[in-house]
Amino acid sequence: MYKGGKIIASLIIFVAFLTFPFFSNMGKANAGPEALAATVSQLAGKQCVEPASYMRTNHMQLLNQWRNADVRDGKTVYVNTQGKSFDISLQSCVECHSTQATATTTGVSNPVLNTSSDQFCVSCHTYASVKPTCWSCHAGPEGATK
Amino acid sequence: MSINRRQFLRRAGMVTALGLGGSFVITGLRGKKVEAAATSAASEYGTSKNALVAKHWAMVVDMSKFRSEEDFKRVVKSCVSIHNIPDFGNPKDEIKWIWKDDYEHTFSGGENEYLTENFKELPFTVMCNHCEHPPCVKACPTGATFKREDGIVAMDFHRCIGCRFCMGACPFGARSFNYRDPRPFIEKANPDFPTRTPGVVEKCTFCVERLADGLMPACVEASNGGLIFGDLDDPKSKVRKLISTRFTIRRKTELGTQPSVYYLVGGDEHA
Repeated sequence: MYKGGKIIASLIIFVAFLTFPFFSNMGKANAGPEALAATVSQLAGKQCVEPASYMRTNHMQLLNQWRNADVRDGKTVYVNTQGKSFDISLQSCVECHSTQATATTTGVSNPVLNTSSDQFCVSCHTYASVKPTCWSCHAGPEGATK
Repeated sequence: MSINRRQFLRRAGMVTALGLGGSFVITGLRGKKVEAAATSAASEYGTSKNALVAKHWAMVVDMSKFRSEEDFKRVVKSCVSIHNIPDFGNPKDEIKWIWKDDYEHTFSGGENEYLTENFKELPFTVMCNHCEHPPCVKACPTGATFKREDGIVAMDFHRCIGCRFCMGACPFGARSFNYRDPRPFIEKANPDFPTRTPGVVEKCTFCVERLADGLMPACVEASNGGLIFGDLDDPKSKVRKLISTRFTIRRKTELGTQPSVYYLVGGDEHA
């Protein structure tokens, strides 16, 4: 092959360059949010709005339904499948789903985007690379009084 | 190996059909799954037992109760503090839900040519009129502002794209735009009410969030009887009685928007 050595060497460099991200991150794989339970304040007698398995897959749809029901239809109470009522408010979520460690987020940067936080939403959303903007307006954990 | 045109077309057709059909099946299944998940929960939405309901919320502003600067300030402050209204410190960026304005900006236009000079000198409490035919709602391209069943013209901040058509459409200047991030300019934030982001229009909502909890609007509570709030469609309500027995005026009725805020004038010696 004409100039074969150079071609093969260049190819090797090229492939090494291309696969650099894979090798450099090898073994450092994001293990995923495992310590989720630790970021939930265990309040006695508290249960989630819906079963955890349902919430895990459908919380985004449920939040959208909540938003539309509350803002547009004036329905401020959600009665779940077990017949238990919840106030339609993000505070119904962060009441439990937060470490209660952060100060009120009003006036502070978005905690969901703040990846150093160990709050419930953040740990999953960072892993999944999802950036919801709830907290740019709504008061986050610890902000609520009701 | 060579294929003739007929074979080529047949194979291409088969592959296309397979591809399209396959994708339909996949998306169809996925849609079903989500739907099933959403409906499998036999949940429902309702309102709080305490919630105040009405067919047509309306407000009466009793001008005789707004005598001093303090009366106006107290009412405005009650609104500012619970709705996280920022104070940018300059009139260009100002956010107003309820405010004090002069005659020129309030009733001018359809007035009688000669009114008592006294009347023209008065300050007025003004806010969103929650019109029966709201021009802002017609102008909004995203449905972010809409009229509720109970007559309140509400805002869905989530949907507002900041086009400001509603501001141009509103003849009362009742809408304000967030040109800047309001959060640093909120004196004391109320965590129970969302703040806004830059690029969102806001206005008075007749305190829908308080009505849902069974509370009167904040300004009504703070007004010491200067603002009267109730159901205009209920003949026994206080607002209806006031409007049907006393002389009231509304702002810019010549525009046909049918405001739901009535001004009680000619009461007592004032106005």
